[in-house]
Amino acid sequence: MNKRSKLDIKKIMITIIVFFCSLVFLLPFIWMLSTSFKIEADVFKFPIEWIPERWNAISNYKDVWFGDYPFYLYYWNSIKVAVSTTLLSVTVSAMAAYGFSKVRFPAGGWLFFIVLATYMVPPQASLVPQFLLFRNIGLFDSHLGLVLLGSFSVLGTFMLRQFFMGIHNDLLEAAKIDGAGHWKIFWRIAVPIVKPAIATYAILRFIWTWNDYQNPLIFLRTDKLYTIQLAMQKFTTINGEFYSLIMAAAVSAILPLLIVFIIGQKQVIEGIALGGVKG
Amino acid sequence: MEAKEERQLPLGKTKIKLKRSKIQRSENLAGFLFVSPMFIGVSIITLLPIVATFILAFADWKFIAGWDQLKWVGFANFEALFSDSVFLKSLLNNAIFVLTVPLTMIVSLVLAIIIDKHVYLKSYFKVAFFMPYISSVVAIAVVWQVLFHPTAGPINQFLMSIGIENPPLWIADPKFALISVMMIHLWISVGFNLIVYIAGLQSIPKELYEAAEIDGANTWYKFRKITVPLVSPTSFFLLITGIIATFKVFDLIAVLTSGGPLNSTSMLVWYLYDTAFINLEIGYASAIAVILFLVVFAITIIQWIAQKKWVNY
Repeated sequence: MNKRSKLDIKKIMITIIVFFCSLVFLLPFIWMLSTSFKIEADVFKFPIEWIPERWNAISNYKDVWFGDYPFYLYYWNSIKVAVSTTLLSVTVSAMAAYGFSKVRFPAGGWLFFIVLATYMVPPQASLVPQFLLFRNIGLFDSHLGLVLLGSFSVLGTFMLRQFFMGIHNDLLEAAKIDGAGHWKIFWRIAVPIVKPAIATYAILRFIWTWNDYQNPLIFLRTDKLYTIQLAMQKFTTINGEFYSLIMAAAVSAILPLLIVFIIGQKQVIEGIALGGVKG
Repeated sequence: MEAKEERQLPLGKTKIKLKRSKIQRSENLAGFLFVSPMFIGVSIITLLPIVATFILAFADWKFIAGWDQLKWVGFANFEALFSDSVFLKSLLNNAIFVLTVPLTMIVSLVLAIIIDKHVYLKSYFKVAFFMPYISSVVAIAVVWQVLFHPTAGPINQFLMSIGIENPPLWIADPKFALISVMMIHLWISVGFNLIVYIAGLQSIPKELYEAAEIDGANTWYKFRKITVPLVSPTSFFLLITGIIATFKVFDLIAVLTSGGPLNSTSMLVWYLYDTAFINLEIGYASAIAVILFLVVFAITIIQWIAQKKWVNY
C-alpha cells in the first residue's frame, strides 16, 4: 500500500514536468487565440496578456470573414475542394486496392509495380510539366484541377490494400458462388469490412487537402477561387502590420481541422501509428 | 440467375475449359476496371510529368516563349547548376536541415517512453504534442513569424526581460534564419514521431523488461539494451521518411522566409519553385527537379535494401 502511493506521487511529478513540456507545443496556439481577441495596440504588450483586458473579438473576426478577403468564400472553396478530393481519392484508392488484392489477373502484378514506383517521385519533381499540362488542357485555375491533383495518391491504395488482403477469400468465394460479381462483392462485402480503414484514410486525406498550400499557390490565379491557406497567406501580405487580424485569420484556418481531428482523434492517431509501424 | 442454372447442368470437358477461359477473361476485365481509374490518374498526374521533367532538363526554354523557342542544350543546365552558388547553397542547406531528423527522433523517443508508461492523462499528451502536426503550415508559419519578431515579438521580449541584451534576430538574421526554420520544423514533426514511437514501444513484450529487472538492470541499461534495439525498425522508418520529408519542405519556407535573408534558408524545392514560377526558367528548373528526384530516389533505394536486412533479424 505504502509503496503504491509512493509510486503515484512519482507519476504525478512526472506528469507535471511533461505538462510543462507540452506547453511549448500549446502556447503558440494559445497566444494565437488570445491575440485574435485583442485590439491591435495590445498585441505586443509585455508581459503577455493571456486573457485580453480590452476585447475586440467580434470586430476582428468580422473583418476577416466579411472584409476585403472574405473568408466565408474561401471556406466554401476549401470545403468544396477538400470534400471532393476526399471522396474521389477514397473511391479510386479503394477500387484499385480491391483490384490489386482480390481480383486475380495476370497484368495486376505489373500494374501494381508501376503504381508503386510513383510513390518515390517527390511531388515537386513533376510540378513543372504538370503545370504545363494543366494549362494546355484547361484545368489550370480551376477547382477541378486541384481535386484531380490530390486524388491519385498511391498512399491510399497502399494502405487500403493491406486491409483488403486481410479479408478471407472464402468469404468472397461464397458470395461468388451465390452469383455476385466483383462489383457487388466490392460494395456489399469488402468495403463494409474495411470501413474503419477507409474512415482513417478519408480523415487524413481531408486534413492534407485542407492544409495544402503548394498546389493552390501554383495552380490558382483568380482571387475568387482561392482556398483558405492561399487566402490566409495573401491576407497576411495585405494586412502586414495588423497582427490581431492575422491571428484571427490563422484561428479560422486551423479551427475546422482541429474539429475534424478531435472527432476522429482515435482514427487519426491509430492510422498514423499503424502506417508508421508497418512502414 | 443464368450462371446458377448453367452450373447445375452436366458439362463436358471442353465446356469446362471454355468456361474457365471465360471466367479468366471476366476476371481480367474486372481487374482492369477496378485498377484503371488509379492507373490512368497516376499515369497522367505523375508518370507522364516525371518523364517530361527528364526531357525538359536538357532544354533551354523560357515559360513565356512558344514551343518553337525551345533549344536542346545537352548537359548545359546541369553544368550551370554545379557552378550556381544559390543552387549549391540550397543543397548545403538541405544537408544541414537533415540534422532536424535525428534530433526530432531523440526528443520523440524520450517523450514516448515517458508518456507511454509514466504519466497520467496519456491521451491529453498525445493530442497536445500532435497539434502542430495537424495544423496548417501556413497558419503556423504566420504565428511563428510574429513570435520571432526581432523587436516586438514575445520571444525576444521575454529574452530581453531575463537580461539578454542582444537576442538573435531569428528569421531576419542570415546566421539564425535556417536554425529558426529547423526549430519550427522540429516543433511540427515531434507529434508524428511520438505517435509512431508509442506504437512501436507497445509492441515490445513486457516480459523482456521484467526479466531484466529480475537480473537487477537499471533504467538506463534497459533503455540501451532493450528499448533502443527493439524499436530500431521504427527508428529506421522514421529516419528515412523524415529525411525524405525534409527534401519536400516548401510551405514553411515559402510563407516564413521566401528563401531569404540572402538565400540563407533557400532549399532545393524552394529554388526549384523560384526558378520555375518566378523566373520562368523551365529547362533550368527541370534540371533542379531531376537532382531532387535522384536524391530522393537514392534514399528510397537505400531504404529498400536496408529494410530487407532489417526484417529478417
